[in-house]
Amino acid sequence: MAMTARQRAKVSLYVQAGIFVVAVAAVIIAVDWKTVGNSVFNFAKIGPMFPDIFLVGLKNTLIYTALGFIVGLSGGLLLALMKLSSFPLYRWLATGYIEFFRGVPALLVFIAFGYGVPLAFGVQWDVFVIVMISLGMVAAAYIAETLRAGLQAVPKGQMEAARSLGMPHWRAMVSIVIPQAFKIVLPPLTNEVILLTKDSSLIYVLGLTASQFELTKFGRDGISSLGAGLTPLLVAGAFYLVITIPLSLLARKFESRSARTKR
Amino acid sequence: MNNSTGSTAAVRAAGVNIKDLRKSYGSNEVLKGISLTVEPGQVVCLIGPSGSGKSTLLRCVNLLEQPNAGTINVGSFEATDPDVDLNKMRQSVGMVFQHFNLFPHLSVLENCTISQTKVLKRSKSEASDVARRNLERVGLGHFADRFPDQLSGGQQQRVAIARALSMDPQLMLFDEPTSALDPETVGDVLAVMRKLAQEGMTMLVVTHEMGFAREVADRVVFMDAGVVVEEGPAENVISAPTQPRTKEFLRRVLDPTHIDVAD
Ligand SMILES: Nc1ncnc2c1ncn2[C@@H]1O[C@H](COP(=O)(O)OP(=O)(O)OP(=O)(O)O)[C@@H](O)[C@H]1O
Ligand SMILES: [Mg+2]
Repeated sequence: MAMTARQRAKVSLYVQAGIFVVAVAAVIIAVDWKTVGNSVFNFAKIGPMFPDIFLVGLKNTLIYTALGFIVGLSGGLLLALMKLSSFPLYRWLATGYIEFFRGVPALLVFIAFGYGVPLAFGVQWDVFVIVMISLGMVAAAYIAETLRAGLQAVPKGQMEAARSLGMPHWRAMVSIVIPQAFKIVLPPLTNEVILLTKDSSLIYVLGLTASQFELTKFGRDGISSLGAGLTPLLVAGAFYLVITIPLSLLARKFESRSARTKR
Repeated sequence: MNNSTGSTAAVRAAGVNIKDLRKSYGSNEVLKGISLTVEPGQVVCLIGPSGSGKSTLLRCVNLLEQPNAGTINVGSFEATDPDVDLNKMRQSVGMVFQHFNLFPHLSVLENCTISQTKVLKRSKSEASDVARRNLERVGLGHFADRFPDQLSGGQQQRVAIARALSMDPQLMLFDEPTSALDPETVGDVLAVMRKLAQEGMTMLVVTHEMGFAREVADRVVFMDAGVVVEEGPAENVISAPTQPRTKEFLRRVLDPTHIDVAD
């Protein structure tokens, strides 16, 4: 039977709505709501998590992320410039670094810098230093690729015009190319911060004192001490969203702005 | 050429001397031994079919491209000397590109001051005086606070000329400055260039504007396939060419009914 395009669209809409209703109904029927209520949505018992998860956990997650980002951004810029260098050795070193740190799990990097390096060299590092190094070094690898793409997205004519005005290469980079690349990379860079925020949870592999706990650690401790099942993790997860959703909105705003001023 | 009694100071013009210039990209020899002289204060127009090497020649003069052989002298600089102070030399050579290459993140005024302050180390106020004077000179004094994307193509190109002039160049290179413009804005740009020529600026201009060449150029150079085929006073080369290749080229450019697929 022949249908018009409009009829077809209508049928398709009904089918999709039907699938949704059936799926939701299946979940409602299949789930054991009593157990879920006790062990996932048991908000009555989570009182003791507050206010520390907020004052200490959230604060530390933000600090760890910021430390990782600062190191990652500086390292990433250096690596990006090395990767675009005319000196082959720099390019190889940067490529090797980037491929290595993007290729191994961040967790291994945390263990290596948290236990391996201090043990091997007999040094005692503060947790903040370990986070700064491990998170920063992983972030640098990802950020480097983002920045390299941004730098290469600036039209070649910009560098040529700057050099034609007598600017040395470094000056043209600093005053002309990097500011334009920065606008281009702002959205992907914001996404890097979101990834970093989540990666900061890997710090749980290190031995932490109470004042160094971050969100995930609070969630895990809550599971064993509060008897509210997984509810503390849900709370910790909600706090992550408090950080990441605004960042995500920010990234989208940057994106639409750069789309508007695109020529 | 006589300096006009304009508001601007007389130009300190430099000459250009090119001898046996060769340039290859891989195995493709693009310039096959070019010799060309531009006396101080002279205007030389470079014409020729697409791919004949005009842009490459121009870009060799301020070393945006590295020649493979031959010598180039610009004023007191030997551009092809490996020890030449490239940035110093480029300060005295203004370059105007087909696609303007204005800095989109800077205002019109900042486009004209950034190199003065960062390279020539002029004070902010001096640089901005010079910039405003040169923006007046190209008829855009009241656009200083705009951004490049708020200007028409013709206005952008005049800003690009003002930007180059703000470095007090002794030689100006133009690479098809009107080719990317809407027909109605071409005239404004050519008028600025004509005035510049009258003020005694040395100019090397790649152009398809035969009217401009005939009227303003002291000499016209016709290039084809990497060699200078014919050169001389404009009235000779354009109005009474002797070489078959020149005749063929001019017939195609000057015949308005001819459709050039390559353009
Ligand atoms: N960066 C490059 N790499 C390889 N080949 C190049 C490069 N730049 C130019 N060429 C080649 O050199 C030749 C001359 O190019 P050029 O741009 O100088 O020509 P042109 O006379 O300016 O042409 P048009 O009128 O189209 O601008 C062309 O064959 C071109 O393909
Ligand atoms: Mg060209």
